[in-house]
Amino acid sequence: MSHIETFYEVMRRQGITRRSFMKYCSLTAAALGLSPAFVPQIANAMENKPRTPVLWLHGLECTCCSESFIRSAHPLVKDVVLSMLSLDYDDTLMAAAGHQAEEALEDTIEKYKGEYILAVEGNPPLNEDGMFCIIGGKPFVDQLKHAAKHAKAVIAWGSCASWGCVQAARPNPTQATPIHKVITDKPIIKVPGCPPIAEVMTGVITYMLTFGKLPELDRQGRPKMFYGQRIHDKCYRRPHFDAGQFVEEWDDEFARKGYCLYKVGCKGPTTYNACSTVRWNEGTSFPIQAGHGCIGCSEDGFWDKGSFYNRLTDIHQFGIEKNADEIGTAVAGGVGAAIAAHAAVSAIKRLSGNNENSEDTSA
Amino acid sequence: MSEQSVKAEQPAATVPAAEGDSDMLVRRQTAVYVYEAPLRLWHWITVACITVLCITGYFIGSPLPTMPGEASDNFLMGYIRFAHFAAGYIVTIAFIGRIYWAFVGNSHARELFILPITKKSWYKELWHEMRWYMFLEKTPKKYIGHNPMGQSAMFVFFVLGLTFMIFTGFALYGEGLGYDSWASQMFGWIIPLMGQSQDVHTWHHLGMWYIILFIMSHIYVAVREDIMSRQSLISTMVGGWRMFKDDRPD
Ligand code: HEM
Ligand code: HEM
Ligand code: SF4
Ligand code: SF4
Repeated sequence: MSHIETFYEVMRRQGITRRSFMKYCSLTAAALGLSPAFVPQIANAMENKPRTPVLWLHGLECTCCSESFIRSAHPLVKDVVLSMLSLDYDDTLMAAAGHQAEEALEDTIEKYKGEYILAVEGNPPLNEDGMFCIIGGKPFVDQLKHAAKHAKAVIAWGSCASWGCVQAARPNPTQATPIHKVITDKPIIKVPGCPPIAEVMTGVITYMLTFGKLPELDRQGRPKMFYGQRIHDKCYRRPHFDAGQFVEEWDDEFARKGYCLYKVGCKGPTTYNACSTVRWNEGTSFPIQAGHGCIGCSEDGFWDKGSFYNRLTDIHQFGIEKNADEIGTAVAGGVGAAIAAHAAVSAIKRLSGNNENSEDTSA
Repeated sequence: MSEQSVKAEQPAATVPAAEGDSDMLVRRQTAVYVYEAPLRLWHWITVACITVLCITGYFIGSPLPTMPGEASDNFLMGYIRFAHFAAGYIVTIAFIGRIYWAFVGNSHARELFILPITKKSWYKELWHEMRWYMFLEKTPKKYIGHNPMGQSAMFVFFVLGLTFMIFTGFALYGEGLGYDSWASQMFGWIIPLMGQSQDVHTWHHLGMWYIILFIMSHIYVAVREDIMSRQSLISTMVGGWRMFKDDRPD
């Protein structure tokens, strides 16, 4: 095995100047919320560490994660990260195609056994032996398992890889299955969202490449630094929520005033993502800022949780869709009527002398 | 009122007779001290808290009409949520205290948590009580503690229901406090278990209706039994003494 290039060498080879490199290091520190003191540390790591190769696989997906990724706010970050990634295998971004591409994949797996990071966009459908998603003539699930076997860690890009997303929505005919249910023996970093925010994606991958370790994960395997809080916790409309000021109808005065979207079904209170802090499209805006509630795109099974305009999930078990309050009032009404009827019968029985208990009350 | 031990299941002074009115065991028993002070205090604290929790919980789910004026002049949702969390804390601490009391209190303090499901006679009495409620029995049996039907309902609806509400409630509470908070550390695992945060909200909300069903039936039964059964109820939960209305056997 020949000398493995360092990150710095790769960047220089890709035509990135020393000046840009240093800028990249400080941008990275800032993006990860680290102090400027970390900049030399990052630079040092990049100059001396052998480059960590990244394989980027695509299963059942719509490529929105890649689309998001290549729109990362700072062109420098994007260029640098891309230059490090596309070298290896990403059938959307790399130059090679067909057999050449599959060879590149095999080469990387062989050469960097146990060293490379596997990034997966989309998920494998397991029904019919995986025939619903074929890559290079073979079911994607086989390619995934094969590539994961010698990977150091796996990144699950987007809600598809993390939870299943739309292709796994009920009744899930192809049996699309999230990565962590197929690959069970590797550390998996979930970066959910439909798509995830570009800066979150570059942030996660830069962290892993520069520090050579996984970011701190939460209970469900999401990096805490971006998924530690709900949209609702950092939403700029939150003061209106606490004040009790809501948009009641989409076209009312309160919508124009920018009040909280809770009553029109905003899922910010149940959604973990960085939209309300990092925002989208170079920090321009995010759905709530544009006047629409969060639809919970980064949450498990968000397609199956009912309408995008209800905060709670409707319950289908009763034939017609009912929300918790409708069911509650109906059942409580039924019990109330039963109680009233029971009370009436009790009273009649008592009056008609059927009950002799109280006659001889001694207490 | 004398405090006699009514535990005497086969009292010496029983005079079985042949027919009619005299077909009863003659026994003097008027009042027994069943619910000790801490238990009664707990009951009424819980009543107050759960009332607050249901009202504020409902308005968290379906907030009141929008407040006029500046956001900085209002804090309605904030107050409603604060009341919910404060009552949530109190009801939880009181419930822990109630569990403690089951260990140190009298035998009636344990009835809420332990159903005598291994006792055959208990099922017979449960059936009898159900028939009494279906107007198929002329007289209910006497109970010093809870009757089997009340006891089952209290366990299934109240103990299980409140435990569910406390667990899901603190899981949701931990989301607001933050990932490293004690509530998130202790109860956060519930969220992925139920799917995601939205599912926990939905179930917590449904749980309220489950508890409301208990409250409706419970109050009805308490009032009805107070009038129609052979012992006192409401005054028992106030003063602790169970009064019996007749001297006939159980
Ligand atoms: C009998 C007990 C309780 C009842 C009836 C009750 C009822 C409710 C209801 C109806 C909601 C609204 C759910 C929704 O639509 O999203 C709610 C929310 C909530 N409850 Fe409870 N609850 C109870 C106990 C508790 C306890 C013990 C806690 C723990 C502190 C708690 C904490 C919360 C939290 C954190 C929320 C979410 C608030 C928000 O999203 O702003 N609840 N509760
Ligand atoms: C939020 C409302 C309420 C809840 C959650 C509740 C809960 C309970 C529970 C758990 C017990 C069992 C006590 C034990 O064994 O430790 C009990 C007993 C009792 N409650 Fe309530 N209660 C509520 C409201 C009321 C009200 C409004 C009344 C009065 C009308 C009442 C009257 C009684 C009585 C009389 C008993 C004793 C029953 C017996 O002697 O067998 N409760 N309650
Ligand atoms: S708009 Fe949504 S996220 Fe923002 S405060 Fe209201 S409910 Fe929370
Ligand atoms: S605001 Fe909500 S729905 Fe929109 S992108 Fe962010 S997490 Fe997804």
